[in-house]
Parts: sequence; C-alpha cells; structure tokens
Amino acid sequence: MELLTLSAVELGAAIQAGKATAVEAMEAVLRRIEEREDALHCYITIDKEKALERAVEAQRRIQAGELAGPLAGVPMAVKDNLCTAGMPTTCASRMLGNFVPTYTAEALRNLERAGAVVIGKTNMDEFAMGSTTETSAYGATRNPRNTEHVPGGSSGGSAAAVAAGECFFALGSDTGGSIRQPASHCGVVGMKPTYGTVSRFGLVAYGSSLDQIGPLGRTVEDCAAALEILAGAGPRAGQGEAASRDMSGEAGRSPESIVPDRRDSTYLYRKDTDFTSALKKDVAGMRIGIPRDYFGPGLSEEVRHSVMAAAELLRGKGALVEEFDLSLVEYAIPAYYTIAAAEASSNLERFDGIKYGYRATGVEELHQMYKQTRSEGFGPEVKRRIMLGSFVLSSGYYDAYYLKALRVKAMIKKAFDDAFVRYDCILGPVAPTTAPRLGESLDDPLKMYLGDIYTISVNLAGLPAISVPCGEDGNGLPIGLQLIGDCFQEEKILRAAYSYEQFRKEGQG
Amino acid sequence: MEKDYETVIGLEVHVELATRTKIFCGCSTAFGGRPNSHTCPVCTGMPGSLPVLNRKVLEHAVAVGLATNCRITRCCKFDRKNYFYPDNPQNYQISQLYLPICRDGYVEIDVEEGLEGERASTPGKKRIGIHEIHMEEDAGKLIHDEWEDCTLVDYNRSGVPLIEIVSEPDMRSAEEVIAYLEKLRLIIQYLGASDCKLQEGSMRADVNLSVREVGSAHYGTRTEMKNLNSFHAIARAIEGERNRQIDLLESGRAVVQETRRWDDLKGTSYAMRSKEDAQDYRYFPDPDLVPVSIDDAFLEEIRARQPEFRTEKMARYRTEYDIPDYDIEIITGSKHMADIFEATVALGAQPKKVSNWLMVETLRLLKERELDPEDIRFSPEHLAKLITLAESKAVNSTVAKEVFELMFEQDIDPEAYVEEKGLKMVSDTDALRRVVEEVIAANPKSVQDYRGGKDRAIGFLVGQTMKAMKGKADPVTVDALLRELL
Repeated sequence: MELLTLSAVELGAAIQAGKATAVEAMEAVLRRIEEREDALHCYITIDKEKALERAVEAQRRIQAGELAGPLAGVPMAVKDNLCTAGMPTTCASRMLGNFVPTYTAEALRNLERAGAVVIGKTNMDEFAMGSTTETSAYGATRNPRNTEHVPGGSSGGSAAAVAAGECFFALGSDTGGSIRQPASHCGVVGMKPTYGTVSRFGLVAYGSSLDQIGPLGRTVEDCAAALEILAGAGPRAGQGEAASRDMSGEAGRSPESIVPDRRDSTYLYRKDTDFTSALKKDVAGMRIGIPRDYFGPGLSEEVRHSVMAAAELLRGKGALVEEFDLSLVEYAIPAYYTIAAAEASSNLERFDGIKYGYRATGVEELHQMYKQTRSEGFGPEVKRRIMLGSFVLSSGYYDAYYLKALRVKAMIKKAFDDAFVRYDCILGPVAPTTAPRLGESLDDPLKMYLGDIYTISVNLAGLPAISVPCGEDGNGLPIGLQLIGDCFQEEKILRAAYSYEQFRKEGQG
Repeated sequence: MEKDYETVIGLEVHVELATRTKIFCGCSTAFGGRPNSHTCPVCTGMPGSLPVLNRKVLEHAVAVGLATNCRITRCCKFDRKNYFYPDNPQNYQISQLYLPICRDGYVEIDVEEGLEGERASTPGKKRIGIHEIHMEEDAGKLIHDEWEDCTLVDYNRSGVPLIEIVSEPDMRSAEEVIAYLEKLRLIIQYLGASDCKLQEGSMRADVNLSVREVGSAHYGTRTEMKNLNSFHAIARAIEGERNRQIDLLESGRAVVQETRRWDDLKGTSYAMRSKEDAQDYRYFPDPDLVPVSIDDAFLEEIRARQPEFRTEKMARYRTEYDIPDYDIEIITGSKHMADIFEATVALGAQPKKVSNWLMVETLRLLKERELDPEDIRFSPEHLAKLITLAESKAVNSTVAKEVFELMFEQDIDPEAYVEEKGLKMVSDTDALRRVVEEVIAANPKSVQDYRGGKDRAIGFLVGQTMKAMKGKADPVTVDALLRELL
C-alpha cells in the first residue's frame, strides 16, 4: 500500500484494520523527508530515531488494544512554538535556540494520548510573526508546489510538510491567519477554531487574546478529527493521572470553573466538539454570505475568480448565496497590529537571558545584558513588533492606540454578530494573492501586513474559520477558500467545507 | 518663626495572604523551602505557561474588602505591570490597576476627642478611607553572593498572593498610622486571611507623607517611604520625614516627589528614585486571565463566613465573662489568643483562671522569648487540664508553673506528664504527718527557735518538708500541720 497517498484518517483506519502499522507509516514519512527536506526545509528539529521509537511504542499499544482512536499511530508534525517535553522548542528564534521544555503543550498532549506520533518540530516565522516563514532564524521554508515561492506563514513549515507528504497532518497556531494563509498557499486544509476551544497552555504566546492552536491536514475530515481531539472534550486517556495534577491544588480553579486541573483560564472545556459528525455532504438551504468588502482592490483576479467559482458551486448544490456589506474591514489591520504587537511586547519580555535561552556574553551590567541579549537574540520583525507594541502601551498613547484598537475589535465582533443573524457561513478568499516569491515580502513589511486583511478580523472576533483549496493560479500555485462561522459554529463551516471539497472532487473526477 | 505644619499621611499596605498555594499556580506558599523547590513553569515564567487564578485569593480579598466597608467590583480584571528585573520572571507583574477588586472603603480608629475629622460616626472615632484593595503576585528573591561575586534568584516567593490596601491621605500623625495598621492587622487576622507579621514581611507598609501649613486647602508634595519593618520604625520614619520636609520648606526649598528608603539603624532615609526616573509600566489588561465576575451567591458566601470581629467580641466578653477589661483588651488583641481562651472556657475551665494563665504566665513567656501571641502553640485541651490540676490542688502552684512552661514549649499533656513524673501532691495526710514529724525530729534547733518566738523558723521547716516531699505537698497544708504538731 502506498501509505503517503492516504489521508490521516484513512491511515488511522488502515492501522486499526491491521493493513498498515504506525512504524511503516513513520518509515514512509521519514523516507519522504529524506527525499524532499533539503529542498523544502519544513522542519527545524527531527529526531528520526526517537520518532521511530515513538511509532514502535504506539504500534505496540494499538496491538494491545489500548489505542483505538482515528489518529492512533498517525505521524504528525508540530509547529515549533508548541512546547514538547525533552525536545527543543525554538520558536524559530535564536533566542530559544537551546531551549528544551520540561512540559508538553496541553493540546499536543491530547493528541499524543490519542496515539498520534510526533515526527518533529516545524519551521515558522520567528515567534509566529510573519506571513512567509522567512523570518525564521533557521532559514526559510519553500513552497512544495514551487520552491521559488514561500509557503506562507507563520505556520509555513507545518503547511509545507502536509503538502509535501512529510507528515500526515500538523499542528499550527493562528493569531492573524497563521494557519489558514499557509494552508491556502500550500494547497492544504487549515482550521482555526473558536477562541478558547483549544488550551493554549504550552503554546509560546504571541498575541494571547488572538492565539489559537489548530490543525492542518490534507482533507477537511483530517482537520475535524484532529480538532476533536485537540479540544480535549470527552474521555481522555490518562485523565486524572498524577502528571496532569502536578500543578493543581487550589490553583487550577477559578471562580467560574469547577474543572480541577484547569491550566488556561481562557480555555472553555466545550462539550460540543463532535466535529466529525458534522461532515455531511449537504449544503441545501445553507445561508452563505459573501462580504463585498472582501472583493475590493488588491485582490488578484485569479483568486477572485476561483473563490467566486466555489461560491457558484455551492449555490448550485442548494446553498443560498448572497453578497452583503460586512463593513469595518479596513480597520481590522491597524486594530490587529496594535493589539497583537502590544500583547507581544509584554509576552516576549520574559526572554531576557536570565533563566533560559540565549544570553549575550561579554557584558558587565544587568540592563546592558538585557539589551544586548534581546538585540542579538531577536530578529528584525520581532523587534519591530516589540517596539510598536511598547509604543502603543506607553503612557500618553495607551488611550489613543491600544484602547481605541480594543474598541474597534468590539465593533468588528458586532459587525460579525449582525452578519451571523442572516448567514450560517461567510465565504471569501484567504489571501489577496497566491504565495509570493521568496524575498519579495521582507523589504516591505506594510505590504506583508496588508496581506492579512481577510484573516485577521476572524481572530479579532474570536471566530472559527477554515481554509480549503479551491483552485490554482496560472503558475500552479494553490488558492484557498475561506469559510468563517459564528463562535462555536464549527459544525457549519466544517459541513460547508467538507461538502465543497467533495463536490469539487466529483467535478474534477 | 516656624509656621504650624500639619502632616498628611496615606499608606500602601501589602499583605501576604494565607493560602496553601500560590496565586496563579498550584505551588506551595510554605516558607523556607530549598531555593526554587516551590516552583513550576508558571511561577518561573517559562515559555507557554499560563496563570489561572486561585479562588482562595479572591475569597480572602473580598472578605477583607467587606470587613473594611469597601464596594466589591463585580467584574474585576488583572493587569500587567511591565518592568525588567530578575526577581520578576515574566518581567511583568500581574496586578490590578484599572478594575481592582475592592474600592471606597474605610476603617474606624480610636482618636482623642477633637481629632475625629469630618466623617466620624461617634466622638473618639476617626474614619480612615480606603481608596482600593487589589490582588497581585509577589516577586522572587535575589541573593547576592559576595564570595562568588554573582547574584542568584530564588523563585519560591514568586507568585505568592498579596493584597495591597491603599488608604486615602487621611492620617495626620504616627499614632493614627499605628492605630490604622493595628486595626487592619486585627481585621485581617480575625478573617484568617493572613498572619500579618511586619517583621517577617507578611505585612508591609509604605508611607506616603507630605506636610502643609495648617488650614491650607492643598496637599504638599509627597514622598513615599519604603523598608519599614516594625511599628517602631514606622513611627520614627514619620517623625524623621516630617522634620526633613519642614526643614526643606523653612529654608525656602521644595520637597521633591520621590521614593525614599528608611534606614532604621541610622534613623535616616535616602532617596531611591525621583518621579523623573519613574518607569513607564505600560499597564494593560492581562489577556491570559479572563475577567472575574462576582455574583451574589459568591458575595453572600463570603459575607456569611465573616467572623465576630474584635469590637463585637470585646462587648460579648464583658457580658459573658467576669474578667477585667484590661484582660479582655489583651486577649482579644490576638484572634489566636481569643480562640484559645474561648476553647479552654468551653472545656469547662473557669474564665477568670484561663484569663490569668494567659495574662501572667503566657505573656511572660512570650515576652521572654520575643514571640507574638500568634506563636502560641499549646492546645486549649492541655491548658484546661493544667487548670484542673492546679485548682484541685493535685499539683502545687510551683509545679503547675513548671509544667506550664513545658506545655508552652512543647504542648505536652500536663496530666500525663504529672502522672509520669510522679509530681502529684501527696493528699495522704498520715504520710505527710509522718514526714513532718521526721523533719521536726531532725531539726531541733529550728524547733527551739520557733518555740522561742521566732516565727520565721517555721518557714525553714516548711522548706525542709517540701524538700523531703520532692515538692509534692501543698505548702499551706504543711505550714498548718507544723504549727499543729509544734
């Protein structure tokens, strides 16, 4: 069986059926990595031996009947801003070049308990700041479809690894589009869940109020299956074990919560996370809104054409598609870069050379050590955002910038609330263009920021959204379709995305 | 000629809350562990770690707020205070700036009549306003190793919960400051929210002070005084700072708004930093912590748990127990001592006897050993037993005091101890009579002196008998027996 042609869920089923093993799957992935990694550079860290050992262990447990989930034994990749106990976690920064956490991100732990097997840590923009994976301190990742182009970012390594068959699915994080945009550029599916659906404990924070972990996969089904486990609801293997209690006690309880081992105050413990059962090929009567504001100047003609064609396809299958004015779209970028940079400037203060990570040498005095460590440890894009964030929080400017941005955020949320009274889903492009060439974006950060225009409002409003492939441009570079849902309405966008994916396959078939 | 000046004082009081675990993680708050043994990724600021609020901290903060007549903020938030220093592992402290948990409260202190101020409820009482109370985390500790010429960081204290109680500038003298602090200390101790020990740092006060001419409508420029570790130091620092500011004004110079550090050994203060070098803390709401919304049920739960405070307790003691007012004041001056008193009485001991043991022997030993009433370790059960032993004349008072001292130190069971060591008085009068006869026979000289009219000689004979009895006799009985036989 050619394992690499299978989706993650198909592979999981084959492993459960005894038609394949976790070890064979891992070997196949490692062979593919051998072939393509030099050209693509999807990963920052791969430990082949350990990956194989983990696969052997997973297979043993599957055979012993201990692991029966849909992703048990399936090799996966993890973005390098998710902490992995015993494995370097660099955030693609020189600052954390030597950092090995003692704990694993809660979301990843859920997947590992369900039997998914970690291959390694994928490349990304430094501290998730960037849209091309070029700000990585460890070199850029290339787009598997065309290595002259970037894979998008910041979860570019994860998206490229999925597209290239260097893993079966991957984890990313999405603060302003960092899962959806690289998924779109690499021709894979990427999903950002409702804020609070996945625990952020162990995700190195960029913009805490916007960050959310999500899956990237080859199919909508893969993403639904992974998200269901990531969200952590339902019976979890090992729940209540000592390891999950090492930080409980009185803490781990907040006044509004009765959950004893709570580690992320913003994590919602949703019960409605049976996402796979939403995968029905049926859009009859589904109300889909297309914001006219998403089709204005700046959008490439090829992208517009593909996205509109997708809308037409859904209309043809019975969806009620209409255009509407979402409004406020032009305010999303300044609001986003104000809030994200402000939070980042504070979140990244802990990287100071005192406790872990990079420390400058040859300095005498404490504040000089801080300055030099941070000057040498961070790259230019990270420094730019720290400076921007520090500025908007400084006294005298706080009200004018930060508070105003928060107000804009609330207004954007309101605009979406109004739209979701009328629509089940909002449909639009993910990015204005297909993946740019390497080196094209870094000289003009403002242009790079503008590329986030269709994705960031979703983070500001805390909404779920998914990116599904919907075509290619003239150079064979993929185009993504974005479906946005109201908070907690993952089922609706999953159904729409799954239906579209199936109808499109039939159309092509 | 020197003008008449008024001192205007406001206090920022930090209180370490008596929780088992830290404010945002499950690490122990216990004192004195090996450096960095009470730490985890959260309280050492590791990448990807997140805070989760300890419910107990909120309960204590709300309880203190209710007891100090504050408005409780129904939707409160945490903010980040950003500054770089190694004792602060995230380089921001999680605190509350914009929506603190409690606001606009007051406590009443006793003052001389005429000094009550405008908002007094009754003569002799003065209201000290509380501007706000907020929750925050403590920092770690830097240890400078002179020998190795390096600095080490211990994060055991990092994340220990604190509340900061910010008063209005309502105090006018060191006496009022001390009275206010005493009042706060008692309220918080009675709530069990903290042990409030200034010396150990579980209660810390920063003094904001300015002076102005009497009758002036405006406040003068204030300074903030830090490092005040005792009531004594606070009183001296207030006096010192008042004089320093008046001297400046009298010589035509201006007071500079600055933070000063008190050196209690030298009895002077020096400037730490002025307003000009004040850092911009870039406060903003912490996005990692959801807003805390407090509902009626939570508030009622905390209100229902409010204990009987000192004033009420004193009033009740006056009606329930026949003990002097002075004793009541001392005993209720410590919640712990009052608890011991009441528990011992509840076990059947006579209030007056219990009070005596607390007022005399307990206070003596506390003073000798430089301890606080909070440090009393003996149990009410043991005190009750000791009182029974002494009252039934099973042991004499000297033995009782010795046993009490042991009980004070090790909380021994006095009954078992007296039994084991054979310290009980011999109640068998025949046996005692035999010993007395032996003593009379062995000391003809003293007998002769006594019979010759030297009454003092009987004291010697009592002593000899007590010695022969190894202290297990009642000296009064012995005295009577001697007189009878002679």
